[in-house]
Amino acid sequence: MLTTKHTLVAMVTDKPGVLNRAASLFRRRGFNIDSITVGHSELPHISRMTIVVIGNSAMVEQVRKQLEKLVDVIKVADVTEAKTIIRELALIKVNAPSTTRSEIMQIVDIFRAKIVDVSSDSLIIEATGDEDKLSSFYNMLRGFGIKELARTGCVAMIRGGAKSAAIDKESLKDIQ
Amino acid sequence: MKKTGSQILCESLINEGVNTMFGILGGVVIPFYDTLPQYPQLKHILVAHEQGGAHAAEGYARATGKVGVCIATSGPGATNLVTGIADAYMDSVPMVAITGQVARSLIGKDAFQEIDITGITLPITKHNYLVTDTASLAGIVKEAFFLARTGRPGPVLIDIPKDVLTGLAEFNYPDRVSLPGYKPKVQGHPAQIKKAAKLINESKKPLIIAGRGAIISESYNELKQLAETAQIPVITTLLGISSFPESHILSYGWLGMHGMAYANLAVEECDVMIAIGMRFDDRVTGKISGFAPNAKIIHIDVDPAEIGKNVRVDIPIVGDIKPILQNLNKAIEKQDHIDWISRMDQLRKEHPSINIRDTDFIIPQYVIRQIYESTKGNAIIVTGVGQHQMWAAQHFWFDKPNSLITSGGLGTMGYGLPAAMGAKVACPDENVWCIDGDGSFQMNIQELGTIARENIGVKIAILNNGFLGMVRQWQELFYQRRYVATPLSCPDFVKVADAYNIPGITVKNKIDVIPSIKTAMETEGPFLLNFIVEPEENVYPMVPAGASLSEVLEEPIRKVRCK
Ligand SMILES: Cc1ncc(C[n+]2csc(CCOP(=O)(O)OP(=O)(O)O)c2C)c(N)n1
Ligand SMILES: [Mg+2]
Repeated sequence: MLTTKHTLVAMVTDKPGVLNRAASLFRRRGFNIDSITVGHSELPHISRMTIVVIGNSAMVEQVRKQLEKLVDVIKVADVTEAKTIIRELALIKVNAPSTTRSEIMQIVDIFRAKIVDVSSDSLIIEATGDEDKLSSFYNMLRGFGIKELARTGCVAMIRGGAKSAAIDKESLKDIQ
Repeated sequence: MKKTGSQILCESLINEGVNTMFGILGGVVIPFYDTLPQYPQLKHILVAHEQGGAHAAEGYARATGKVGVCIATSGPGATNLVTGIADAYMDSVPMVAITGQVARSLIGKDAFQEIDITGITLPITKHNYLVTDTASLAGIVKEAFFLARTGRPGPVLIDIPKDVLTGLAEFNYPDRVSLPGYKPKVQGHPAQIKKAAKLINESKKPLIIAGRGAIISESYNELKQLAETAQIPVITTLLGISSFPESHILSYGWLGMHGMAYANLAVEECDVMIAIGMRFDDRVTGKISGFAPNAKIIHIDVDPAEIGKNVRVDIPIVGDIKPILQNLNKAIEKQDHIDWISRMDQLRKEHPSINIRDTDFIIPQYVIRQIYESTKGNAIIVTGVGQHQMWAAQHFWFDKPNSLITSGGLGTMGYGLPAAMGAKVACPDENVWCIDGDGSFQMNIQELGTIARENIGVKIAILNNGFLGMVRQWQELFYQRRYVATPLSCPDFVKVADAYNIPGITVKNKIDVIPSIKTAMETEGPFLLNFIVEPEENVYPMVPAGASLSEVLEEPIRKVRCK
């Protein structure tokens, strides 16, 4: 079976330890996780996780079901097949002496990234995009000497009016 | 009026119908124990080791279907529960484990006997809680019991800091739980049930595999109706034994590594498999690629994550087995499957699997048969782990629903004695027999103390072969008989029992087997039988690890293959 990247969106109650439970599950079952992010959602007391997992579809379905089995996890959807917006943010600190500075600034422009900090010999660049864009941006900058890279991991949302991981009415009632 | 955390805990337990708990106290749980005299309806049984307490809670839970409760103090008390909790997790046993924790102000400071038990038990509990304030305790207890017993049952741990037990709060026991992330499905999808019925109605060689789920859901009648209506042979897993009467004409034993050869061979031939409340463990399936190669698989289970986990499934039905089978039965047509049934009978005739040889000395299989004969099968059998466990499962005839209590998923040596103790406490009127190995018995032998003090009338039969027999068998078959670290030196078990004031007999001669069993049964209270059995007896049939079910070895070692 084909091994590919899948993006899962999980709605979870914001109880302490929920991220730990998810992470523990992935480790224990040997799931190969590329990135995992968690933050607030539009619902009170509900956080939203985005998990990028590498595997074949049967394995990813296991990840989804095992995750959904956790008591604190309300709903998990595999949005890989849907039309989705996937975004990640990166901060990159790159060597930028005056000799290469303008060249770097041109690349930043092309990728519609932003310079958020300037010092005499380095820049911090903020870039958002999907994984591919950030990776090629990073590759373009590599030659200048990267001092630091920090990436947030992906968040995803499906296009159009539908919810990415809709919670059924019955469960919504229980969310106080 | 405000109550202390300890009082709230006791009253919450009473609200959940708890009347028996197994535990050992320690510094941080003294406040809880201190309130127990106020609640005489809560019986606490002091065990000798927390592992014994956890297995006792399991035995109690498995014998009754109720939630078993065990209690331990923080640190080493809590870690001693871990094996029992893991065992309950693997075998879907409803259990609530309550542990004391150091006071909240000390958490994270590596305080004396502070251990992160919620962290440790994260992967072996259905859910767990660290209670952070007294006011939330009642709600958490309510949730814990709800989680433990509903859906796919399992262990839930509640870790309670000492100052939460001594703190004060208003006590209102909630009448409902609010768990948006937990909605176990009850009714199976009607369209799936319809599809399954069609497949079964059209099948020529259907086969039912019933697992522990059929016992948990108490679907005995529904299972029987399904089998009888369409004349479908029934095989169980090890943990499914006693979900269907073994003397029923449609019963064909159990499958897997030490299951009956005819059951394993039938799996290869069937065209439709109806898997009910089982999880396709590797000990059951053998090599996955060779498992049921000719069958379409219908898998009925309450846990959606079990569907497709180990084997491909053609028709999954997720929900509570009982209502699913009731609905399925409405759509099942009468069949006779004469050819298939006679093929099954032929397989059983050609591969009898559980014949035993006649010997002058005692072989373990003989002892188990005599226990069966003497009790007329009217007993709950609890086992340790090893050869004796397999022989008990093979040679006792389980007709009584839910009459085998054995550690399947985790295969925990030391399970037998404490689990039997819990089962007997739960069902004082049942004959509870612990069939144990000399190795397994020594792993929780200390519970003889509990059994003696509480006068818990379990009958203990040790099949004393002087070996860690199951491992020795592997060494014999696969490691050229190099018996490294498997010979045991055992104490005189009857003397040990005697030291606890438990009567016992060592049985060395075959003619003494039946009378000794009789003596054990006629003696009030606990009794120990130490059977000195043939040391190098092997368990057959056997599917070697990694082989397909059809590669089952029958005694004497000879390969059989299906045509
Ligand atoms: C706690 C634990 N440790 C080790 C094992 C591995 N093991 C499986 S069976 C067995 C031997 C059991 O010996 P005994 O209880 O005497 O039973 P017998 O096989 O001799 O009937 C061992 C060591 C286990 N299952 N559980
Ligand atoms: Mg032994």
